[in-house]
Amino acid sequence: MIRLRQAAAAAIFVLSWMAVAPTSRAQVDDWKKIQTPPLHQFHPWLPKRIELPNGMVIFLIEDHELPLITGTAEIRGGSVDEPAEKIGLVNIYGQAWRTGGTKDKTGDQLDDFLEAHAAKVETEGGLDSTTISWDCLKDNLDDVFKIFVSVMREPEFRADKIALAKRQIDSAISRRNDNPFGIASREAALIVYGADSPYARISEYATVAAVTREDLIAWHDRYVHPNNIILGVVGDFDSTAMETRLRAAFESWPKGPALTKQQFPLHGPKPGIYFVQKEDVTASSVQMLDLGTTRDNPDYYAIEVFNEFFGGSFSSRLFSNVRSKKGLAYAVGGGIRTDYDHPGMLRISMNTKSKTTAAAIDALNEEIDALKTNPGTAQEIVKAKEAILNSFVFRFDSSEKVLRERMTYEFFGYPSDFLEKYRAGIDKVTIQDVARVAEKYVHKDRLAILVIGNAPDFDRPLSSFGPVTTLDVSIPPPPGAKP
Amino acid sequence: MKNCRASLLSAAILVLACAPLARSQDIASFEKRITVKTLDNGLTVLVCERPEAPVFSFYTHVDVGSDHEYPGITGLAHMFEHMAFKGTDKIGTTDYPDEKVAIAKIEQAYQAYDRERRKQFDRDEKKVAELEQAWKDAMTAAQKYVVENQFGEIVEQHGGEGLNAFTDNEETGYHYSFPSNQLELWAYLESSRFLHPVLREFYKEREVVHEERRLGESNPFERLFEQFMAAAYVAHPYGQPVVGWPSDLESFSMTDAQTYFDKYYVPANMVVTLVGDVKASEAIPMVEKYFGQLPTKPKPEPLRTVEPPQNSERIVILHDPAQPVFIEGYHKPSALDKDDAVYDALQDLMSNGRTSRLYRALVRDKKIAAFAGGFSGVPGVKYPNMFVFFAISTPGHTPDEIRDAVHEEIARLQKEDITDEELAMIKTRAKADLIRRLGDNQGLAFELGGTQALYGDWRELFRQVDRIENVSKADIRRVANSTFVQTNRTVGLSESTHLAQASTEKENQ
Repeated sequence: MIRLRQAAAAAIFVLSWMAVAPTSRAQVDDWKKIQTPPLHQFHPWLPKRIELPNGMVIFLIEDHELPLITGTAEIRGGSVDEPAEKIGLVNIYGQAWRTGGTKDKTGDQLDDFLEAHAAKVETEGGLDSTTISWDCLKDNLDDVFKIFVSVMREPEFRADKIALAKRQIDSAISRRNDNPFGIASREAALIVYGADSPYARISEYATVAAVTREDLIAWHDRYVHPNNIILGVVGDFDSTAMETRLRAAFESWPKGPALTKQQFPLHGPKPGIYFVQKEDVTASSVQMLDLGTTRDNPDYYAIEVFNEFFGGSFSSRLFSNVRSKKGLAYAVGGGIRTDYDHPGMLRISMNTKSKTTAAAIDALNEEIDALKTNPGTAQEIVKAKEAILNSFVFRFDSSEKVLRERMTYEFFGYPSDFLEKYRAGIDKVTIQDVARVAEKYVHKDRLAILVIGNAPDFDRPLSSFGPVTTLDVSIPPPPGAKP
Repeated sequence: MKNCRASLLSAAILVLACAPLARSQDIASFEKRITVKTLDNGLTVLVCERPEAPVFSFYTHVDVGSDHEYPGITGLAHMFEHMAFKGTDKIGTTDYPDEKVAIAKIEQAYQAYDRERRKQFDRDEKKVAELEQAWKDAMTAAQKYVVENQFGEIVEQHGGEGLNAFTDNEETGYHYSFPSNQLELWAYLESSRFLHPVLREFYKEREVVHEERRLGESNPFERLFEQFMAAAYVAHPYGQPVVGWPSDLESFSMTDAQTYFDKYYVPANMVVTLVGDVKASEAIPMVEKYFGQLPTKPKPEPLRTVEPPQNSERIVILHDPAQPVFIEGYHKPSALDKDDAVYDALQDLMSNGRTSRLYRALVRDKKIAAFAGGFSGVPGVKYPNMFVFFAISTPGHTPDEIRDAVHEEIARLQKEDITDEELAMIKTRAKADLIRRLGDNQGLAFELGGTQALYGDWRELFRQVDRIENVSKADIRRVANSTFVQTNRTVGLSESTHLAQASTEKENQ
């Protein structure tokens, strides 16, 4: 390997440009001149919707490309519904539901059988729902589907696997302050939604220890009823045969009691500076936080356009100004986040070296201030809309995506043509709409600023931005542990 | 955006497949859909037709990562990857001829400043400050020509999705997806970033890259892994961090980056793969028209350094406020070795799912770990690499307990044959895992392009299935005995400087 000396290399550096330049003559050298032909005709997969008399909703999509079949049942009820003294219940449930086995087979026996067939049946606990899914080669469908139904209907929640799930969660609790990003997302939710909010609260050793096998059984009895289930199946099958199979398996399952969806009042953060001291980092995590909104809000489309040019893309203001121009961050971005059934967070976040922590806050403040006089130029809005509309096809370019999207709308009671409406909604967004949502949702004086970092290395004390609330993130010891 | 690929991930990508494949997923069916052509300038293009939806993905593989770096320029391959988003002589500029002069002035000023500030004895601090200011002034002067992130903006505005790139220990990859009517725009954009790269905003982007390094420093596992790798390799560049050492990130220059680019970004070092709603009959001529303009240059000399055989156990202990982590690695041959499939089988046996040996022994039975696995191909596969065991302990348990348990499992592999059921499971899963990786344009582009680049033939992706099919119990024992020996071992463990949490295990419900 020959290493060029600096000066020689510098000369080659300039020469190489000159040498390369003339070759461009044969090229269509301006991207604006390139013709874009119309996109090929495309009829995306259409899920077949079946509603059983007992209320179970089924979506089927045939996709014969690969000899695989996957099914996912989404079941209403999730960690937002668990009692405050047992935070972690749904997490434990989501693990032990499958690992704890069925009446006939232990979880280990199921593992042996399924893994030998390169198949999966898995369960998981989530915020609003729990899920049970299978994934198999089509030749193994009979056996794997049998296990799927048996786990769904007759779980045993054996004690050793409940203990295992608790160990896993305890391990995560013990490590939750090791990584600043974990602290950042956890504390952000606590600040925005409040410590008692089901959208923010976290498991502790004590709340995990409080969960019993009876709790898991009671949860299962309460939530796993056909009228709470949306089942989506995609893959290499014949829809008629699959429908027959599913009807045979589920039609006789009696309906359970209806659930009432709980609403949780959300107030948004108390403005101010919040700080977590962490000695073992060379960079700070900085976040600006407020309450966002929901996707059924008519402002949603203008918000999407705003997010795209403000902090959600490669050429967004935050990326260009804070990262590329100022060199202050690797990761920077954010916007007004939306969720289906509760307000998402307004969150602008970045990471920067300790000695530019205050400079980073200044830089974000500058971008927020700039919104007052310039909440989006005509050009920014045109580009943002084009970016969203031109990439729209990626929302439904695979059968799995189409299925997931439809199941989500069904779950949250959104119209099945929400995606088509989305396109029309984006198309109609005007510069005035964007200015209005920027003014309505982004308020500098309402923001909570959260910083995680090593304060002695900061360029300016955080108190120069206002009174600082120092957060105690220490982990409460397990019940009965020595102090 | 733009990541240094996490090393354990690239290991996972390499688990390769086995057993006869169903008809629609075998070589013959892909033969019909795949076209490979080497252009006159040496660039390889691979097109796989998959007209499921009117979109396509691509993957530009460049056969250089941090493997050709040396002290002083560590992190440079990754730095160039960032620069490939900065535009060209036509994209990202208001006036290129003037900007070019302004950029040359930045480099002149930087070289002068850098020379002075790195003097050992007779450094003149006042002069350093002046030269630094002159350099910064030159950057300010050049800034006025910059149209910020216009390259990315064009991609996004035309519907590009997943615009990103990665650098690892042996390759640099660029990728995104487009609606299929943007084929020509893609060919223009992707070729121009290598035909006419402009290193604008270089020294600001160097700050961004250093910020990326700091993100890694915040992660306790990465803190240990960097030290572990530095101990495991004494000669081969696999021991160097892809993101670079801090002092190099504060020193290397635009000139260094251009030199690296000129030497390694040559057509013979590139494989461009397209997968999706594209026709080879249209895509190949398009690639020829645009990428064909890259000037022919010799393929760079292969790396000379080979890691010498390890003759001593190496132990790294990180005293860290975070909870403990355990890593243990053993050197092994490259992916081109005849035994590679045996290591893949070992990985599957030890790590894949709840039936894996390490899960059952450490997580389920001994209850000392929350996660445990063993992975082949760390940090890469092109050169002789490592098989690495990795575990995190449950509260109250120590890395020493983990190490003993891992050694017990290794001894079992060395003394006893694996069971018939285990061997059958490995082979069945390998086959199914391959099928599961074929249903996504971007994933398929990585698989086909990566295989084409490494072996010179995409068919190896499917042939590896046959090789795993041929792995025997004796092979597993033989390889376990030859690889997992004390003098071939590097251990990395962290000891928490915080008081150990009392055990919280409560088996009663």
